[in-house]
Order: sequence, then C-alpha cells, then structure tokens
Amino acid sequence: MRIEYLGIEGINGPLIFIETPKEISYNEQVELILKSGEHRLGNVISVTEKITTIQVYEGTEGINIKDTKVILKGKPITLKLSEDMLGRIFDGTGKPIDDFGLLNSSIEREINGSPINPVSRTYPRNFIETGISSIDGLITLIRGQKLPIFSGSGINHNELTERIIRNASIKDSSKFAIVFGLMGAEFEVAQFFKKSFKESGVLSKVVMFQNLSNDPTIERILTPKVALTCAEYLAFDLGYQVLVVLSDMTSYAESLREISTLKGEIPSRKGYPGYLYSDFASIYERAGMIEGLEGSITELPILTMPNDDISHPIPDLTGYITEGQIVLGREMFQKGINPPINILDSLSRLMKDAITDEHNKISSQLFSSYSKVQDVRALAKVLGENDLSEIDKKYLVFGNEFENKFINQSKFERRTLEETLLLAKEILKVLPESELDRI
Amino acid sequence: MSYKRVIKIDGPVMIAQGDADFAMHDVVYIGKEGLLGEVIKIEEDKATIQVYEETSGMKIGDEVYGTSESLSIYLGPGIIGKVFDGIERPLNKIKELSGDFIKRGINIPGVDLEKLWHFMPKAYVGQEVSSGTIIGEVDETKTIKNKIMIPNGISGKIVSIVQEGDYQAKETIAEVEDENGNKVQVSMVQKWPVRIPRPYKNRLIANIPLVTGQRVIDTFFPIAKGGTAAIPGGFGTGKTMLQHQLARWSDADIIIYIGCGERGNEMTQVLEDFPKLQDPKNNQSLMERTILIANTSNMPVAAREASIYTGITIGEYYRDMGYHVAIMADSTSRWAEALREISGRLEEMPAEEGFPSYLPSRLSEFYGRAGMVETNSNQIGSVSIIGAVSPQGSDFSEPVTQNTKRFVHVFWGLDRTLAYSRHYPAVNWIISYSEYIDNLDDWYKENIDEKFMEDRKMMLKLLTEENELLEISRVVGQDVLSDSKKLILEVCRAIRLGFLQQSAVAKEDSSVPLIKQYKMMESVLNIYNKSLELIEKGIPISEIKNLNIFEKFLKIKYEVGNDELDKIDDIDKEINKKISTLEKEYKEHI
Repeated sequence: MRIEYLGIEGINGPLIFIETPKEISYNEQVELILKSGEHRLGNVISVTEKITTIQVYEGTEGINIKDTKVILKGKPITLKLSEDMLGRIFDGTGKPIDDFGLLNSSIEREINGSPINPVSRTYPRNFIETGISSIDGLITLIRGQKLPIFSGSGINHNELTERIIRNASIKDSSKFAIVFGLMGAEFEVAQFFKKSFKESGVLSKVVMFQNLSNDPTIERILTPKVALTCAEYLAFDLGYQVLVVLSDMTSYAESLREISTLKGEIPSRKGYPGYLYSDFASIYERAGMIEGLEGSITELPILTMPNDDISHPIPDLTGYITEGQIVLGREMFQKGINPPINILDSLSRLMKDAITDEHNKISSQLFSSYSKVQDVRALAKVLGENDLSEIDKKYLVFGNEFENKFINQSKFERRTLEETLLLAKEILKVLPESELDRI
Repeated sequence: MSYKRVIKIDGPVMIAQGDADFAMHDVVYIGKEGLLGEVIKIEEDKATIQVYEETSGMKIGDEVYGTSESLSIYLGPGIIGKVFDGIERPLNKIKELSGDFIKRGINIPGVDLEKLWHFMPKAYVGQEVSSGTIIGEVDETKTIKNKIMIPNGISGKIVSIVQEGDYQAKETIAEVEDENGNKVQVSMVQKWPVRIPRPYKNRLIANIPLVTGQRVIDTFFPIAKGGTAAIPGGFGTGKTMLQHQLARWSDADIIIYIGCGERGNEMTQVLEDFPKLQDPKNNQSLMERTILIANTSNMPVAAREASIYTGITIGEYYRDMGYHVAIMADSTSRWAEALREISGRLEEMPAEEGFPSYLPSRLSEFYGRAGMVETNSNQIGSVSIIGAVSPQGSDFSEPVTQNTKRFVHVFWGLDRTLAYSRHYPAVNWIISYSEYIDNLDDWYKENIDEKFMEDRKMMLKLLTEENELLEISRVVGQDVLSDSKKLILEVCRAIRLGFLQQSAVAKEDSSVPLIKQYKMMESVLNIYNKSLELIEKGIPISEIKNLNIFEKFLKIKYEVGNDELDKIDDIDKEINKKISTLEKEYKEHI
C-alpha cells in the first residue's frame, strides 16, 4: 500500500506535522521525498484527528512545507535481513553505507520486535570466557545475558569492549557473530573498532550499524532497534551466538529526550520522558535464549554516566533491567589500573548458576575481603598506616596486590579461568586464614 | 451495538469519541484485532483508554466497543501451577497460539473452562446459602483442594446440586433459588473485577507469624500472616533473591509470585526452578502451591499496571477458601513507574518526581487488601503482601519507598554496603523494623520458648551498640576500647557471620526452623554472657579469642543439620568447657 500526500503543516526540529490523512496508522513508516528528489525515512509517533506527528530520522534540513511529498507505507519500519549482512556496514537506520551495494533479500522484519514469551525462554547458564580475570572471576559474563558497562567520560571503555569481543569471539566456533550498534560515536571510535576487528580477523563476523556524532541525532533512536532485529534474525533464525554491543546508550537516551521535549510531553526525572524505563526494557529485554533454538543474544550496552553519577536516571534505570553491570571507576583509571573496573559496584546476576562451587566461594571471598580493604584504607587515612593493627596492614597489602596483579592485566594477556582462580588463591594467601571466612 | 471511534493515539493511551456509553474502568475492545483496553478517564463523549497491548498500526477511526464490565478475571480450579501475564492470560496457551514471541489480540480466559474436574458436593438441596458458602470441592493440585463457593451477590436455597463426579469447569453444578423465586445457576468458575476487594465477614488481628526460615526475618523482623512488608533495595542488593527464598520457604498454603516489570531471564529462572523445588511441608513440587504472574519489563505497560491487582484478586479468592496466601510483588516500583508513564501520557499534572498525585492512595489501597480475615464461610484465611521496592538512585527518600513505608508494617531495608561485601540477605538490622512484634509476642512464647523475645531484644541491643562502637573506632581505632566493648565487637561479628548471614544455596542453611534459630541465639548469647564474666574477672579478651569459641559458633549453621539440634547442645558444652578451663587456669596463675 502506497499513499502519497503533498504538503506539510509545520516543522519543528526533527518532527514534521501533517494534516491527518484518512488511512494513517500509529507507528507507520513514512517516506518523505524532498524537492531535490532526496528520500528520507520517518515514522508516525502520534496521531490525533487533525494532526499527525512524524519523526524524521535523517533530519529535517532542506524540507520545505510546500513541495515535500509524504508517502505512507502502510506498515511499521522494517529491516531487510540476510546472512550476507555479516561483514557489512550500515548507517543508523539500516541502509548500507559500504561499497557493496544494496542488500538482496526477501526477508523483512518489523524493527520493534515482540517480547519473548517468558515461558519460551531458557535460563542462561553458559559462561563466556573473556580472558580478563576481573570479569571471568568476579563478574562472569553469561551467554544470553545483558551486562552493561557503566563508564565515565574520558575512561577507556572502548578498549575494554574491544578486549571482550576479541577474546570472547576467538574461542568459539564459526557460528559466532557480533552486531555493533554505534550511537553518536566519534569517528575515531568507529575507526578504532574497525581496525581492531580487522587485526583480530573477526571483521567478517561483524555487522556494524553506525550513527556517528555528526550524523542526525534522531537517527540514533532507530539504531539499537535495527541492530537487535538483525541480531534476532542471526540468532533465532540462523543459530548464531550473537554478541550485541550498543555504544553509547546515553546518546540514545538523549535523543529520546529531545523528541519527547519537542512533542511537548511532561518530563519525568532530569527531563527524560516517563517511558524511558519501558523504552530501555524494549531494547535490553531482547537479549536471551529461546527453548529449542540454537542461537543466543548477549547484550553488552555501554553507557557513560553523566558526571560519573551512578544514580543518574540512565544508569539507574538500566541497572534495574539488565542482569548486573560492569562499572568503570575514575579512581582506578587514574591509578593506571587497566581495565579500570570498580569491582565493588559491579555485579553479574547470572553468574551464580553458571560457575563451579569453588569459583563461587573464591569470588565471594574476594568481594568480601576487598570491601574490607576499603574500610581499612579509610581508617588508614585517619590514623596513618603505622598505627593500623597487623591484620589491617595485611589488608592494605592484599588490596594493592589485588588491584595491581588481579584486576590490572596487560592488553594482550589472556588468562584462562583456571589461571584466574589460581591467581586469586595466591593473592588471598596474603591474608591470615582466620580472615578467610568464605572459602 | 454502539461504539466510539479512536481520535487520538499516543503509545499505550488512546482517546475515543462517540455515542456509546462507557463507564469508568469498563473493558473495551479496539479495532479489527480486538485489542483489550480499559477506560481510565471520561470527558463528555470522549473516553481515554489504556490499551493492554502494543498499539502500532492502530488507526484514527478504529471502532471501540464497550463490554459494560470492568476489568475482570476468571476464578476457578486450574489456576494453581500456571503462569499468567498481567491480565491473567495463560502464557503457555499464548505460546501455543503465537510461538516464542508474544503477538497481540489473543484473548484466552485464565481458567480452562472445558477442563473436567472431579467435583465432590458438600452441600445439600434445601440448604440456605449466601455469597462465599462452600458447596463442594475438587482436588485442584496434589496438595490444594479448591473449594467451590457461591459467587458474590447470590443467596437463597439450593434447589439442585450435582452428584459426585467429573464435570467441566463451566458446567452448572448447582441451582440456587432466591427469596423471589428466581433461579440462579452456579458453576465452578466465577468472574471478579480485579480492582475491587473481595468481601469477607470480619477482619482479625494478625497474630501468627508467617515463618520464612530466614533468620534475620523470623527472629528480628517477623511478618504476620495477613501482614504487609516492603523490601526496598537498590539494584544488586539481592531483592529478587530474597523474594525467591521467601516464595520457596514461607509456610503459606499458596504463593503468588508477581513478576511486575521483572527481567525475562529471572522470570525464567523461577519458571525452571520452582517445579524442581520441593515444598518442605509435603515434598511435592513447589508449583503445586504456586501461581506465577509474569509481566516482564518489555511487555505492555498497562498490563504491568494491572498485574498486581490480578495477583491480589487471585490471592483473595484462595483466602476465601480458608487458605493462607503470601503474595510477592517484584517490584512495586515498576508498577509505580507504569502509573507514572500512563499519567504522563494523560498529561496529568505530576506531583513528586513526576509520579501522579494519586500514587499514595493507590499504594494504600493495594496494601490495604492484605489481612487475616474470617471469611463468609466462617473460615480463617489470610493474604500477606511482600512488596519489593526498587528505589530510584538507591535513595530511600524517593516517593515510592516513602509512601510504601507509610502503608506497610514491616520494613526490610536492603543495604548496598552489606550486599557489596556479599552479606546476604543484605537486610540492614539498624534501619529495618517490624510492627508485629507485640502482636506476635505470645505466639513465640507459646510455640518456641518463653525467652525468645528476650533473646531477640538482647541481640538487637548488642548489634545497635556495635554500630555505635564501630563508628567510634573508625575515628579513634579499636585499641582504645575497653575489653568489654571489644567483646561486643567480637560477639557481633559472630552474630553477623554466623546468624544474620544465611546462604540461599547451602542445604542446611537455606531455610532454618525457628527452634534452631532460637538455639543459635542462645548459643551465641551464652558465649557473650560467659565471656563477659571472664572479662569482669580481669581475663583479657585476647585470651578469650584464642579459645576459638567464636569459630565453634560460626560452624553451627552449616554443620548442624536442621533435624539434629542436639549437636548444638554438644557444641555449647564444648564451649563452656573451654571457658571454665580458661577460668581455672587463670585462677591458678594468680
């Protein structure tokens, strides 16, 4: 179905308003044809009897009121899907932008997806070895999990992401794919990832959807949805183990806020729309595994915490949906510890059922002892180190060893889980046995 | 049939206009697919509707038909053991119809109306009956008998009732003739509007504890059957884990677990684990007494809003049969967030933090539906509500936590610092409280021990003192504390590790009977009292520590089985022996 209309009532930022046509439906895909012949993609975000609001994903520059044609597609936005997407690069709306031309496929899916029926899911229990001690040992990543990285501006979360991808992928069979959704990323960031994928030889397994910082901000609203639609196809139709990296969710949420404000919606916390939680959920909850199907979707969303504030609505609401979080700390970063993971704030909710009893005990002991280190350090600041009790002094030694030898890990050092656990036991020996109440 | 037409669509909220007469909270069907919606606001001939399904593709001008019935669910045998969405649609049936992903426009009743049940009559022709009178029963599961009750609004004389035998749920099993000679047919199934509390005869004082097997709860901050409790805690503090433990171990007859805006994978864990777990009372699968409501965070927001009402209505239905029901709502913050989202779409003036101004009244209505009651059929039944709260930004002063605190009687405040040091359950003993202590006092005295409440008080006193001492010692160091104060720190460390911390996975520790909890308290307090005597006699604390008596106590929770409590007496004897040896040695020394 194709219905064309000529003329627009008004334009405000990325939104255009038209007189409500008869057959328009909510969330319908719209194509705009400008006077110059250029095509733009949009969709219906609100309809009333008189006025229909359309958000235009590629920006409204150059759109004028008189000559712009509005074409109703009669269906929500869809994405063409094919196994050939692997190794290709698309823009934030799913259009190819590399040199290999259009995608040839008859399979098309709505990008909004449908919720997985909770009774159809299988509980994720397969551990993914990342080779990074702090993650494998303490915040174990599980296939089918959604585990975000909370970072701050200036902290090198991209390097950590790259390491996880590089290590997690190599170990696995050929049925491994990475879907990468970049939202508002710097050009350099996109290049960094492309380069490292090439170097580690995984480029042919990556599908990249990129919306760079100089691309229209509104396009970002589509990026995670197209990325996940592609991931669902690869995972649940073709049986791939898919790792979805979404960077940066903060840019995504900001675009959402922009639209919400322009629509004149009543703002909730910090100006973000009241439906931010449900909107995030519609993205994060697409991770998982389905009973009887081969594939899986593991999500690794990355977000920068504005002002390093973990209680900001974006990390806060994310943390309530995802199964844990990896928090990067500025203090660790400045101490030169790499990856600068703030262990005590981090958590993997799915690890307990996927790891051995011994592993469980060791990680529990490390968490508990390291949290004691923080108390001792605070005490040392007041009393001075010399006045600490013998045991407390040992805690200080333990804390330093733990940070420098266990968390800190050079970029190309890959530790197996066994090595990680051995190292942990070694470091715990610094403490007297009476302090080890978890092992 | 008259209808209204859609004139505005904005996410899950629509406005429809036309002649049809809709009443507030009427259920409506929208468009060709018949999407389910509910009227939430009426203005002249316009009705605002919240839609329980995704609204993509809906059009201006779509027809909206009313049902003149408010949002109701089916109540009857066959509910237990099932998994429903927020408006009681069975998820397994949805899977059969639409595959692994949930499609919209599927309307299936929560109770299988065709299923055969073996009905056993418990009433006779000529018997006077009224709403709630039990006229028969069926074995709903291996452990639960569903008692068939006369639906609300019907009273009179039974003029016919079927013989014992197999009948479909929807079949007429009895006829009742009222005063005016009108005959009403009664089946095993009834409908009930979820937003209206089901009636009962009398509300009773809640004076029996809901025993959960969790030491920090049963001993320190107990909840009564028919009580209300809140579990607030930021993400990662173990709320969900604690809810699961409570669902597993509490001594209620029926558990209703509402996953309201929960994570899909966590819901799956419940779905996979519960059938495998055994009910400690009768060794049957836990699902034989459990009902799950799963409205994950990415399922429609309006259904999330309705899910807690669906849950509590089912709870009240079983309460009316004389059962003790415990409802776990995880999480009420997600429900409040749904209210906020819909309120925003309605362009209502927001109150605190964007939440609607009716948030407190909705919360109080919800928690007000808990209680121990005498039912219309003179049984004692109860509904307890345990609501998880996920405070935004982990800030307990936010509106949902604060307002919840006003309407619940037990507060189990989860603490991030405890969770970070993997102290689980991370219930902070300083900020938590239970207002049922006075009501439950007698029960503990009669059923466990005269000294139970005294011991509890003593333990809490020590822990509070420890808190102060830790603060002082943080500034000046522990060395300046007197030995008796140091003893308090030592004893409290033992209490924290050996009593408050409880492993959800260790076999003997996952759930602990009250009598063992009491013996453990006695054991540690014995150490405290005896050691204090030694210190008063001038024996230094370091000598007492060297006895390793604290370590002995710490081992009790893992090494003494729940059915071999005599071992605790042996351990106590050992401890006492060590203490008296030290005392003797010390005397000889002088």
